[in-house]
Amino acid sequence: MDLAIRIQGLVKRYGDVVAVNGLDLEIRRGECFGLLGPNGAGKTTTVEIMEGLTPPTAGTVELLGKHWDRDGDALRERIGVSLQETKLFEKLTVEETLVLFRSFYDPARALEVEALLAEMQLGEKRSAQVHKLSGGQRQRLAVALGVMGDPDVLFLDEPTTGLDPQSRRALWDTVAALRDRGKTVVLTTHYMDEAERLCDRVAIIDHGKLIAIGTPNELIDGIGGHHLVELETDIPLEPAALADVEGVRAARVSGAGLALSIGEPHVALPALFARLRERAARPTRLVSRVATLDDVFLSLTGRTLRED
Amino acid sequence: MLTQSPLFLLTMARVRSFLREPGAVFWTFGFPLLITVALGMAFRDQGPPRSVVALVDGPRAAELRSALEAEPSVAVEVMSSEIAAARLRAARVLLVLDGGRDANAPIVYRFDPSRPDALSARRAVDDCLQRHAGQKPVWPTRDETAVARGGRYVDWMVPGLLGMQLLSGALWGTAWTIVNARQRKLLKRLAATPMRRGHFLLSFRLAGLLFVPLQVAMLFAFARLAFGVRIQGDLLSVLGLSLFGSWSFAGLGLLCAARSQNTETANGLVNLVTMPMFILCGVFFSSAKFPDLLQPVIRFLPLSAFNEALRHIVNDGTSLLNEGVPLAILLGWGLISAVVALRLFRWT
Repeated sequence: MDLAIRIQGLVKRYGDVVAVNGLDLEIRRGECFGLLGPNGAGKTTTVEIMEGLTPPTAGTVELLGKHWDRDGDALRERIGVSLQETKLFEKLTVEETLVLFRSFYDPARALEVEALLAEMQLGEKRSAQVHKLSGGQRQRLAVALGVMGDPDVLFLDEPTTGLDPQSRRALWDTVAALRDRGKTVVLTTHYMDEAERLCDRVAIIDHGKLIAIGTPNELIDGIGGHHLVELETDIPLEPAALADVEGVRAARVSGAGLALSIGEPHVALPALFARLRERAARPTRLVSRVATLDDVFLSLTGRTLRED
Repeated sequence: MLTQSPLFLLTMARVRSFLREPGAVFWTFGFPLLITVALGMAFRDQGPPRSVVALVDGPRAAELRSALEAEPSVAVEVMSSEIAAARLRAARVLLVLDGGRDANAPIVYRFDPSRPDALSARRAVDDCLQRHAGQKPVWPTRDETAVARGGRYVDWMVPGLLGMQLLSGALWGTAWTIVNARQRKLLKRLAATPMRRGHFLLSFRLAGLLFVPLQVAMLFAFARLAFGVRIQGDLLSVLGLSLFGSWSFAGLGLLCAARSQNTETANGLVNLVTMPMFILCGVFFSSAKFPDLLQPVIRFLPLSAFNEALRHIVNDGTSLLNEGVPLAILLGWGLISAVVALRLFRWT
């Protein structure tokens, strides 16, 4: 398998704080890989170690078959970066910023400023100073600077945090286009929908450790089914009372009621109603929906991702 | 091509950021002129100094007063003896003159003998009154006054102001901007590109140097128009020294910026470096006033070296080529500070 990044036994400590606690990851060439986790999980630290900006306390990082301590200059030509909430030269215009960053890269390889302005829909803002851009425009500029050197690996750290829904979708389209062009994209996010939509594979990280890895489908399969039924009844029921219903793969307590992972709703729901009749229990609330990576995180950690 | 070169573009980024920040432009160019105006007004040329003499009101006051009109070095004010005594105590007059009731009473001079200017005022007033009363000088005399070119306070002060301006400009311009960029993670973003890191740091020095000729020209043009300050040496020496000094000072700015994680720390460090030098290095008053023990230290401070060389060129008309020692001191500071700063420098 052709790997873009191989991480082994990665540890990063800041004094007594362990930000990354023994992480192993393999990221393939050409995939869009998501690092998912709540705030403070160690995503940014992990990415900054991959980008060569932070030295690890222990462990190895191999990027495109090279190592930061030996091949830093060569690697910087081949990666693109968008940091979390980067401030750029606030008083430079969009075009001046792009021209400046282009000068850092091999001119034979770097993209043309005009092409990037068009692709990132920044043409109208070319003469605007950076501090006057909206959040979405600023983030598109950050991504434009990231892809300037036509990188083999592009790192995007929380690219849509703080953006309005429309700007998020616009940025998703941009990232999807890069992925479809065969770029390796490493993306951190705490938005599950973003990871489901963009990422070929996802690693879920919590407290600096890897707790699950796979395609979004595999991870959702892992919790027992693609569908989820949230059920509250007038007579309280134990999970065990419903766990053996046909089509129910798992049952657990959730809030005031139960959460059931089910494979096929058309099999499980009739059987579930039959069981409720047997028990003389009446549903007071019943929601059937597609399971998400949020549910995966919840079932793995007992917490939701949005908790800070 | 120059316009595609990272060093050129980084330097332009600095220049543009500076020019698009009106506050920075004012503090660099406007503020030093305001200081020059303020100091120039405080120490302007007011003709020969006049001593204030209090004349106690009495029968002979009018006569003495008209007699003293012939003496240009004193200004006479008539007042009651109580007020005159109070003003003498407060050192607002140098000498109190009491003519008594009539011409038979002695004229009384009241003054503090520990003040040399009071003694000379007493002599001048007495000479004038005795001449008025008919005394003739035995030997003829004639006065010749001379003020050396470039010898006034304002002539001495203006070069020091340029030194202060270049030092604070180089330190603030370098330290604040770099630390601000580190705090906002711009340094980290740049460190993730293949940018040559030396180019980034060099761009600060180049951008700083671009403004030096303008700073020099504005200050000396203003000093010439407002106070008649003339550069006795050659302009090229002034410019060369200013560029070299600014380059040297920027190394200290880099040092202040090397590790500071926030602009507050950098501000503190810059103040720590600049404030003692403003006081010690002969900006507003001569550093000769400090104890002999401190003199060797003061001489080796970069601002002292700069001010000394600039005063030689501006006031004494020497050439930069004769200023080997100050140039060597500046070179040493510039090199050592830059090397240490680069070793300590953090991009994140």
